[in-house]
Amino acid sequence: MLKIENLHASIAGKEILKGINLTVGEGEVHAIMGPNGSGKSTLSNVLVGHPAYTVTEGTVTFRGKDLLGMTPEDRSHEGLFLSFQYPVEIPGVSMTTFMRTAVNAQRTYRGLPPLEAADFLKLMREKRALVGLDSKLANRSVNEGFSGGEKKRNEIYQMAMLEPLLSILDETDSGLDIDALRIVAEGVNKLHTPQNSVIVITHYQRLLNYIRPDVVHVLYAGRIVKTGGPELAQELEERGYDWLKG
Amino acid sequence: MKSDESNKEIRQLTEEKYKYGFTTDVATEIIGPGLSEEVVRLISSKKDEPEWLLDFRLKAYRHWLTMTCPTWAHLTIPPIDFQAISYYADPRRKAAGPQSLDDIDPAVMKTFDKLGIPLEERLALSGGMAVDAVMDSVSVKTTFKETLKEKGIIFCSISEAVREYPDLVRQYLGSVVSYRDNFYAALNSAVFSDGSFVYIPKGVRCPMELSTYFRINAAGTGQFERTLIVADDDAYVSYLEGCTAPMRDENQLHAAIVEIVVLDRAEVKYSTVQNWYPGDAEGRGGVYNFVTKRGHCRGVNSKISWTQVETGSAITWKYPSCVLSGDNSVGEFYSVAVTNHHQQADTGTKMIHLGRNTRSTIISKGISAGQSSNAYRGLVRVGEKADGARNYSQCDSLLLGDQCGAHTFPYMDIHNETAVVEHEATTSKISEDQLFYCNQRGIPTEDAIGLIVNGYAKEVLNKLPMEFAVEAQKLLSVSLEGSVG
Repeated sequence: MLKIENLHASIAGKEILKGINLTVGEGEVHAIMGPNGSGKSTLSNVLVGHPAYTVTEGTVTFRGKDLLGMTPEDRSHEGLFLSFQYPVEIPGVSMTTFMRTAVNAQRTYRGLPPLEAADFLKLMREKRALVGLDSKLANRSVNEGFSGGEKKRNEIYQMAMLEPLLSILDETDSGLDIDALRIVAEGVNKLHTPQNSVIVITHYQRLLNYIRPDVVHVLYAGRIVKTGGPELAQELEERGYDWLKG
Repeated sequence: MKSDESNKEIRQLTEEKYKYGFTTDVATEIIGPGLSEEVVRLISSKKDEPEWLLDFRLKAYRHWLTMTCPTWAHLTIPPIDFQAISYYADPRRKAAGPQSLDDIDPAVMKTFDKLGIPLEERLALSGGMAVDAVMDSVSVKTTFKETLKEKGIIFCSISEAVREYPDLVRQYLGSVVSYRDNFYAALNSAVFSDGSFVYIPKGVRCPMELSTYFRINAAGTGQFERTLIVADDDAYVSYLEGCTAPMRDENQLHAAIVEIVVLDRAEVKYSTVQNWYPGDAEGRGGVYNFVTKRGHCRGVNSKISWTQVETGSAITWKYPSCVLSGDNSVGEFYSVAVTNHHQQADTGTKMIHLGRNTRSTIISKGISAGQSSNAYRGLVRVGEKADGARNYSQCDSLLLGDQCGAHTFPYMDIHNETAVVEHEATTSKISEDQLFYCNQRGIPTEDAIGLIVNGYAKEVLNKLPMEFAVEAQKLLSVSLEGSVG
């Protein structure tokens, strides 16, 4: 599904990623953990093509295609999704208009006709029910006036609508109370199938109580310094990150 | 957070896409360039006008001679040679006025067809919209005239109204905008050619939208149209105005006057989608749009609502205003003004509260891109007798890129202490994070800008009649595609 080799990337001339190697297979759930400033968010931003970051070395292939050569929107159309750590507000643009534009852009890319209004609304209702999003939220402007928990749930709802093959959840647990965390995690689990993969980026272990990873990586100072099974997350929770700095 | 890559993309996307820039090759009768008392007389005689109207024109012309171009606006206007402009161009056949569609030059018909303006009634959408089509200086066709007549509604060109309903025209013409009002109003009053006349009789709600479509075609000519709308007691009408012009390297002058008179409990809703040719990306050519629009709420409980979407013109100087003399009368102004490339706009409104409990609302949304300049200028005046007057103004500016300018000039002149006047203003930019969020969801940058800008302007677009709103949304996206830095 995803193969990252020797990835180096910088922002404003400062190198943040210093040679990342990572392979994610079909249907796998990977967790990337690490202390603040280790490069977790940079990695997710680089994968989805944020223009502020520059890749200086290395390759990334997604389903056999060169990911780094694609525009951000084409990466999305190919099946890559990022649940943002800080989803932005777009005043005056309703969620319906926003998602309809997004879904139809994806369909056009894939050679499918745009969805009829009635079919689209039906799809919205189904996905809303799946992730437990209040219909009132869906009728409001994109993220405008949403609470932290509502914004994150709205991200998962968009993920449901776009049916990505690889979803990156960037600090989805930050700012969520335990109930909101459970709802968001349940949404992610419902959407997970043997065909699609998930990368969970998190600082804390608690999200991984709800979304069970197959593989856990520790990112430190721009490199993956340790890889293990789910038990590694537990160990990090108990011992912190300091013992890995060595 | 900017990158050269996205700047390049932005420049590519701001390439002009003006799709109404074609010209029509049609036999046109033009009065040669220059302005003199003789030209004024010639225009009047071509239109076979009565003596009182010629007098009106001559007074205006003589007054105009004493005036100079206004310079107070936040605009850089190159000197205009008023002797180099033709003041009259008639694209009809030579034989009198057209009596039926068969008499109109097919090329003219085709022009309006191409612009999407149906001049054949059978082609109009169900529910319908009556159209007065004005090309250069004359009205070429007014649709649904007979249907409207059955309800006593008069909808025709102002030239025809002068012939057929001289008393009505004489009573109201110049009663809202005097020829002494300003330089361009004086000029228009001297040389105005065509435009629409609307009269809605007492107690009648006009059953369809009325619209005038203005088209400049001939080169080297100015368009000086004049529109007069009168809504008698308890009447209602929704009126739409659209405009386009060919792409030409020289600038063309458009100096119009719109007057609206609203009597007791009557309401007029006036919507404009202004899409005159804005000039090219380097600032060559484009229309100078110097327009005086004013409505007078003369009656009690009367209402005027202006909605404008301004995307065109090289320079816009325009302040659709309301004089609220009737007690409890209401004035509204909803505006979206877009400037891109080297366009300049100085636009806004005046709300003059004279009657008691008069209310006004101003919502202005400026969008600036490229190297353009976009100013909101508004006046709220509350007279001594206007007890209980209320105004709410909201002026927002959205900047795309860092080379454009947005300015707000709100004036308040309050002479009654019971008045409540509120003013809010914001300035914002489309952020790279907003665009990237859209990109990540699969929405390309140009569509994302369209979405964001339409979201920003939604409050105003919602005020437009349905079909117009759809048109305006597309226009906003096209005018601004990708212009973010």
